[in-house]
Amino acid sequence: MPATEVLTATEATPHRADPLLEVEDLAVEFRTRDGVVRAVDGVSYHVDAGETLAILGESGSGKSVGAQAVMGLIDSPPGYVTRGSIRYRGRELLELDEGGMQRIRGRHVAMVFQDALSSLNPVFTVGDQIAEMYRVHEGASRAEARRRAVEMMDRVHIPAAERRYGDYPHQFSGGMRQRIMIAMALSLGPDVLIADEPTTALDVTVQAQIMDLLAELQRDTTMALVLITHDLGVVADVADRIAVMYAGRVVEQGAVSALYERPAHPYTLGLIESIPRMDDERDELVPIPGAPPSLMRIPPGCSFHPRCPMAQDVCAEDDPPLYAVQPGRESACHFWEEVLTSHG
Amino acid sequence: MGRYTARRLLQLMPVFIGTTFLIFALVFAIPGDPIRALAGDRPISPSTVATLRDEYNLDDPLVIQYAKYMVGLVQGDFGKDYNGREVTDIMAQRFPVTIRLAVVAFLFEIAIGLVAGVVAALRRRSYLDTLVLVTTTAIVSVPTFVLGFSLQLLLGVKLSWFPIAGISQGWYSYLLPGFVLGALSLAYVARLTRTSLVENLRSDYVRTATAKGLSRRRVVGRHALRNSLIPVVTYLGIDLGALMGGAIVTEGIFNLPGIGQQVFLSVRAQEGPVVVGIVTALVLVFIFANLAVDLLYGVLDPRIRYE
Repeated sequence: MPATEVLTATEATPHRADPLLEVEDLAVEFRTRDGVVRAVDGVSYHVDAGETLAILGESGSGKSVGAQAVMGLIDSPPGYVTRGSIRYRGRELLELDEGGMQRIRGRHVAMVFQDALSSLNPVFTVGDQIAEMYRVHEGASRAEARRRAVEMMDRVHIPAAERRYGDYPHQFSGGMRQRIMIAMALSLGPDVLIADEPTTALDVTVQAQIMDLLAELQRDTTMALVLITHDLGVVADVADRIAVMYAGRVVEQGAVSALYERPAHPYTLGLIESIPRMDDERDELVPIPGAPPSLMRIPPGCSFHPRCPMAQDVCAEDDPPLYAVQPGRESACHFWEEVLTSHG
Repeated sequence: MGRYTARRLLQLMPVFIGTTFLIFALVFAIPGDPIRALAGDRPISPSTVATLRDEYNLDDPLVIQYAKYMVGLVQGDFGKDYNGREVTDIMAQRFPVTIRLAVVAFLFEIAIGLVAGVVAALRRRSYLDTLVLVTTTAIVSVPTFVLGFSLQLLLGVKLSWFPIAGISQGWYSYLLPGFVLGALSLAYVARLTRTSLVENLRSDYVRTATAKGLSRRRVVGRHALRNSLIPVVTYLGIDLGALMGGAIVTEGIFNLPGIGQQVFLSVRAQEGPVVVGIVTALVLVFIFANLAVDLLYGVLDPRIRYE
């Protein structure tokens, strides 16, 4: 069981003095009729005030489930948090009852989802949905809530916010809808914003606008941003640190620049090599062979070994712990040193 | 919305003409001579027969009879029965009973059906959910007359909790027949509410509402329920029309002097004008209930636009 080693590795990272949000050895499983799905299996990360942490992974890597567990949004049954710890300002969130979580959600930790159209209630005006935050959490009067909701809509650059207050979600474009979601999430000035693939459903140009907006809103505050994405391009521009997830685990984490320049895990290396580049002299992209494993049948040993070009016998047997590569840098690969030195 | 309503009203014209003509033709096609039926075994002079046949246009071809009837109808004249009573008078006497019965049935549907559906959805796969499932299945499987006679026998005759028949005890007389009449729809409402709410509770916007830090009560009561009720309200609206006309069996079992019973008696007595008059009025109720539902739909769901 590598759990203790994971802990040790995490202990070694800096910023330990005052982590705003800290997830430790989190495991979430779904007990379905077909079997147990281990969506998240021993994930640890932390994020500090003002920092942006990107959680990178393919679909099914457990990145969204992990984030929903932080917010207490896992439907149970069939989902269960089976172990681990989620601490916000040192307070254990997993021990809070429903009422306690309600006081955390929205006010301290807020979340933006991928598909803004389905994530907004179709039968209420967008203004009402933002104003609801002030009415419920702060007991604001109708007029006061409206005024502040319009203010928030202005802040996320929705043109003619006052006039559009009474419009319904379907009357907005995809990008504008995501701005509404962001306005709603940020309405109470949370300390942590978890953005779950906020740009995936959008056009490329609109994606950039939304990322710029998030960066802009974050600059003005000390808000921490946990950005969940599968898009390496998005990550490079905005994130301070990255946690790369594979099959329910964090396989590598570290500062963006270090990780991009010299990955210490073959999966990260594969991801970077599969990005198309304008200045690329290669004729073809190099994809990672194979597909991620079913979370019901995660391979023994290192879960990446069936797809790994560097796999050796030990990889099929021993589950690699998170090795401390450098201060603040970890990799769950037995051969991280070889990976690190294999390029650059 | 005004234009839409106007267009819908125009579209109602052919529907109205089509349905009334069909009813008219069907009543016309009932074998036997209504005037003879009126007289029974007594002899009747040929001149009287001729006068009556002339008064009720019975010698005209079907289409002409229908046209004359419609001309009268447009002026608010529903005609007379063969005893000379105005059909409008008969309806004025009968309709209040049926309306009361329908209202009671409708309230049962909302009060029990909605609550059962919501409880089942919130406590999915629990004992209560199973109870609702089994009960509604049973209700849907049992014909109205079986349920009606059974409850009448049990609650009326054996236990004497409710009057067995008639309307002598005011609103209280309507409770049992109202329940019987509303039972089938009540089951549907419960099922529909449950399915719809379960689906909405899984939706992304309910997750958003939870992520906003709202209480469970608010998430369910305001965000999920509002969306879940759209199909239920549609069903209830259409059903209100159906309750008005569909009470023939229930009114028969509990001997309520309503529209359904009158139609039944009139068909047997070959009282064509009464049957056509009442059914025409019911067609109107149906048509307007449908229009009201369509308009209400737009109020409930802002995504629906009337072009």
